[in-house]
Amino acid sequence: MGQSSPSSRPDIHATRPVPVRHPARWIGGAALFLFVFLFVRLLVTNENLQWPVVAHYMLSPEILKGLGRTLLLTFLAMIFGLAIGVVLAVMRLSSNPVFRAASWLWIWFFRGVPPLVQLVFWYNLALLIPTVSIGIPFGPQFWEASTNQLITPFSAAILGLALTESAYASEMIRAGIQAISVGQTEAAATLGMTRAQILRRIVLPQALRILIPPIGNDTISMLKFTSLVSVLALPDLLYSAQMIYSRTYQTIPLLIVATIWYLILSTVLTFAEHYIEHRLNGRPLALSAVLSSLFKSKFWSLRRHEARS
Amino acid sequence: MTAATPLLKVERLSKSFGTHQVLRNIDLAIEAGEVMCIVGPSGSGKSTLLRCLNYLETPDSGAVFLAGEPVGVRWRGATLYEMSFNELAVQRQRMGMVFQSFNLFPHKTALENVIEAPIVVKRKKKAEAITEAEALLEKVGLADRAHYYPRQLSGGQQQRVAIARSLAMQPALMLFDEPTSALDPELVGEVLAVMRALAEDGMTMVVVTHEMSFARDVADHLVFMDQGVIVEEGHPRDVLRHPRHSRTKAFLARVI
Repeated sequence: MGQSSPSSRPDIHATRPVPVRHPARWIGGAALFLFVFLFVRLLVTNENLQWPVVAHYMLSPEILKGLGRTLLLTFLAMIFGLAIGVVLAVMRLSSNPVFRAASWLWIWFFRGVPPLVQLVFWYNLALLIPTVSIGIPFGPQFWEASTNQLITPFSAAILGLALTESAYASEMIRAGIQAISVGQTEAAATLGMTRAQILRRIVLPQALRILIPPIGNDTISMLKFTSLVSVLALPDLLYSAQMIYSRTYQTIPLLIVATIWYLILSTVLTFAEHYIEHRLNGRPLALSAVLSSLFKSKFWSLRRHEARS
Repeated sequence: MTAATPLLKVERLSKSFGTHQVLRNIDLAIEAGEVMCIVGPSGSGKSTLLRCLNYLETPDSGAVFLAGEPVGVRWRGATLYEMSFNELAVQRQRMGMVFQSFNLFPHKTALENVIEAPIVVKRKKKAEAITEAEALLEKVGLADRAHYYPRQLSGGQQQRVAIARSLAMQPALMLFDEPTSALDPELVGEVLAVMRALAEDGMTMVVVTHEMSFARDVADHLVFMDQGVIVEEGHPRDVLRHPRHSRTKAFLARVI
């Protein structure tokens, strides 16, 4: 490569540079394509998958009922978990040392005990506490019931899942609250707002915006955690599939049915989370805008645009 | 109260952060309708003094009186009790505050920022609050920006909304903590103009500022602080033209 004389070069202003080539993209793409091809071939040609059986059970009433129960469990566990989580987070940030300690203990316990252990434990609560009553401690009782009546597989499942979620949610909500600048609280205080008003009107609404992605993440986790309830013989999506294949021995096709449904639900939740995030940030709500934000990566663009307003 | 009671009075106020004493035995009185400017080098304690007036900072010793009534503490018989946050909130309603960094609520529009406290704290009807807020936004020259979010406004516009937000609570006095220090130079004027108009309306104002021309033209009372003490105070004409203290002279030589 000799230095060609400058006069033989075209004018720099009249020439476009040749774009940077990306050979690694083509090689990587080809390798990935090969793997995808082999995987799809396995899915299509392997007789054991029994696709007609999968198709038959996808919309069977038993599976759909289980699906509904999985959704209900996810929804209730998240609602209770988040509600308790907000209370715990506020307690944790309180100036009251008793509240702080209580909140810390709760989080320590429910984050430390595996949800599966909790589910079994709650289900067997009657062995520990035979009756539950409401009244004055050591005084008269207004209402009493046997624990066996109160603790059904469903209520045990909600307890175990919601309490575990509350511990995780509170830590995340605390981080969200702490991300709101002190200036916001001070401005609200100088306007004469009380602590509760500042929290409800100024801090929590702003924290919520920050918390939408982690809450979405937790909801998807919860969707999958609900499959643990099969140990309580609660017919959720997984247990419904298990009940069918224990009769028909079509194990793999029914597990595929459950897998497909879990994937559909988590996909829907992912879209829902992005949609809410867009809405709260006042960004365009057109489907194409929400979709494109799902796949965009700005990591390597040297100037990272703050995608604001 | 006798007519001689100043609107705001500070007596022997001291405050330390750790071992660093920020304020030493400050005495100050602000009459109703008066504009007081507090100037001084950074680190002189002026912002801390301002923040002690509405108890955003709790003084270590000394007292603040609003219309003769102690701020942040309350007598019951012969015992003095600390006020809770929510008791303090009632006193803070009477002292508006404007911050260097505006601190508008980013999740609310300009109008929503202004109506928030009247509705939540004073339990005003929404329609009434909106009418008043629109008048206030008009007053600060932002009637056409009522439905903009803070991030869509310039710094000067945000600060004017913040002033309107404080005024909406109809405070007895307004505290300004370096209201123009975070602004681009060309935006300072619009905020100072609003503050001038406010002073002409007779609002009692305590302004911590570096804007010496504002202090000279608008203030009735100029306070020069350095190292936690009031070095010199008086009418701005006297303090600026005939500073008596060498520290005042040195400071003025640097800023004017």
